[in-house]
Amino acid sequence: MTTRDQILASIKANQPAVLPLPTQFTFVSTFPDLTQQFVDILTFVGGASVLLPDMDAVKQYLQAQYAGLSNIATTVPDLESLADMKLDVADPHDLAGLNLAIIEGPLAVAENAAIWVDERQLPQRVVPMITQQLVIIIRQSTLVPNMHDAYKRIQVDATGFGTFICGPSKTADIEQSLVIGAHGARSLLVCILP
Amino acid sequence: MNQLNLDHAGAAIEFNKNEPRVDWHDETLWFVRTKRDRAAAQVPEWEELREAASQIKNYALSNMHDLLEQFEQNAIKNGITVHWAANADEHNEIVHGIIQKAGANRMVKSKSMLTEECHLNDYLTRHGIEVIDSDLGERIVQLRGEPPSHIVLPAIHLTKAEVGDTFHKHLGTDAGATDPQYLTEAARQHLRDTFLTRKVALTGVNFAIAETGGFVVCTNEGNADMGVHLADVHIAAMGFEKVIPRAEHLGVFLRLLARSATGQPITTFSSHFHRPRPGQEMHIVIVDNGRSRQLGRPDFRNSLKCIRCAACLNTCPVYRRSGGFSYHSAVAGPIGSILAPNLDMKLNADLPFASTLCGSCTNVCPVKIDIHEQLYKWRQVLMQEGYGPGGKTAAMKTMATVLESPRLYRIAGKVGRGVLRFAPVTVENKFNPWYNQREMPEPPAESFRDWYINNKKS
Repeated sequence: MTTRDQILASIKANQPAVLPLPTQFTFVSTFPDLTQQFVDILTFVGGASVLLPDMDAVKQYLQAQYAGLSNIATTVPDLESLADMKLDVADPHDLAGLNLAIIEGPLAVAENAAIWVDERQLPQRVVPMITQQLVIIIRQSTLVPNMHDAYKRIQVDATGFGTFICGPSKTADIEQSLVIGAHGARSLLVCILP
Repeated sequence: MNQLNLDHAGAAIEFNKNEPRVDWHDETLWFVRTKRDRAAAQVPEWEELREAASQIKNYALSNMHDLLEQFEQNAIKNGITVHWAANADEHNEIVHGIIQKAGANRMVKSKSMLTEECHLNDYLTRHGIEVIDSDLGERIVQLRGEPPSHIVLPAIHLTKAEVGDTFHKHLGTDAGATDPQYLTEAARQHLRDTFLTRKVALTGVNFAIAETGGFVVCTNEGNADMGVHLADVHIAAMGFEKVIPRAEHLGVFLRLLARSATGQPITTFSSHFHRPRPGQEMHIVIVDNGRSRQLGRPDFRNSLKCIRCAACLNTCPVYRRSGGFSYHSAVAGPIGSILAPNLDMKLNADLPFASTLCGSCTNVCPVKIDIHEQLYKWRQVLMQEGYGPGGKTAAMKTMATVLESPRLYRIAGKVGRGVLRFAPVTVENKFNPWYNQREMPEPPAESFRDWYINNKKS
């Protein structure tokens, strides 16, 4: 018997009689205003947000916000004029100098300000972590109340990698003092379109 | 003194010699507990979520064999190589083999309590492989040559001044620096270079999904992602109990995990891995190491439902006042105390006694493990198996004899009252554990029995 077979045999011999799955494992969350809930939680976790009417306004806002910054890359065609770097590199190490990544988030969750992104938004998986600053553009129309709703909308294995991002990277490992900017992005700005 | 060489009570005495520090440790962890309470209170269906999580885990444990086979099949279809390890040694050899095959002699690792349980770092270091832990707390304790003292907050036992000293010594930060922002930035720079230069990265696994053959890794720092997305080889190590049936069940667990752990609504990154990126190798090592044995113990099997949030540590009045090292085990606190005796009954016989059985752990557990009841049950098992501490065994036997005989009981009471009154030094000394941190009670003039007999007559 291989180790695998031994382990599985031992598990089979020791596991209890089959118990049922719960009938209820999804719940409904009701928030008076999904966008407000998202914004409040995002602020709580150290992120920033701005409501903008369209992509043109996003472009102007980001231009002003990150004026003078270089090593900017984006996957959003309308914002290409802001970029001076490409994200679809063959070797992810080429992104080491990235200062600002601007990507889109196809789905966002109001209860916890998490934004789902997968390889359709990320030419390299490391983009949202290796960049110094991160901007994600979401749409109010794709905001869902809670995580149960999110998992109904996404297919986790549609691409090889996907992640929920909630705020900038952070740590409180030194005496429980919150420090924003651990190993991933130092800041997260979410631009919210209608 | 090295707390790790002592039993829990002995190590707790060492820890308690520095009273302000114990108070600080206690308050810091209680602060985390209060954050958990606030986060839980914001979810109206919190109790129903706990029940759902508990039932999903119960189902998974009862269906573990089939779920693991399904997970393996789907993972292989996804292009992931699946390995099985019966014990810690096999796990370490498999990981070492993968590193060797990649032609590497260095590895970056994010947080994995399983690799702590298997002592992977020691093993690899002995075999000439350098391992760098990338979680900030883990890096701090690694530089100090210590194990983590908490499963979520590995350096919670250290002050910022101690971290400053450690970083000054190892990373060249300014002497006397204590600003967490400055120290974290130094670690960021140091570890960024590590991420960019390592070909092999290892992560733990928070949840493995049978339905899709993928797995989820949760971090706040982004260190797991930075490591694996820049490495040629990703190794994910998991105890087999991490498997859950379907992706939609993640909704329940991700709503509970970070809220229970630190009071956050969710971790910064909840990364779902299903296939290696082009040109990358992805390996999963599925480890038993005593888990199938625990699965066979009806009283203790549901300890395997644990999702490692550490809520039970943060709320535990004993953990908060004895420190993580007093548990001399990879997983400290109440949950560790019901897992560790399964790994080594003799070595960990003290741990189920490191509890007041107040039940606070059970009340906060997001997957409803009956932790304090298992602690109580382990005590019965350990005493029956002969692993009880010698003194306690003798005392219990004496007590049983005395309590069995009314005559002996009366004599013992009389002697006890006499001793307390006329020769208090025989009990008020450091050899009597009941006298430590306590005043002995004033002896009553007579027993209740005598009082009753006297008053009934009159």
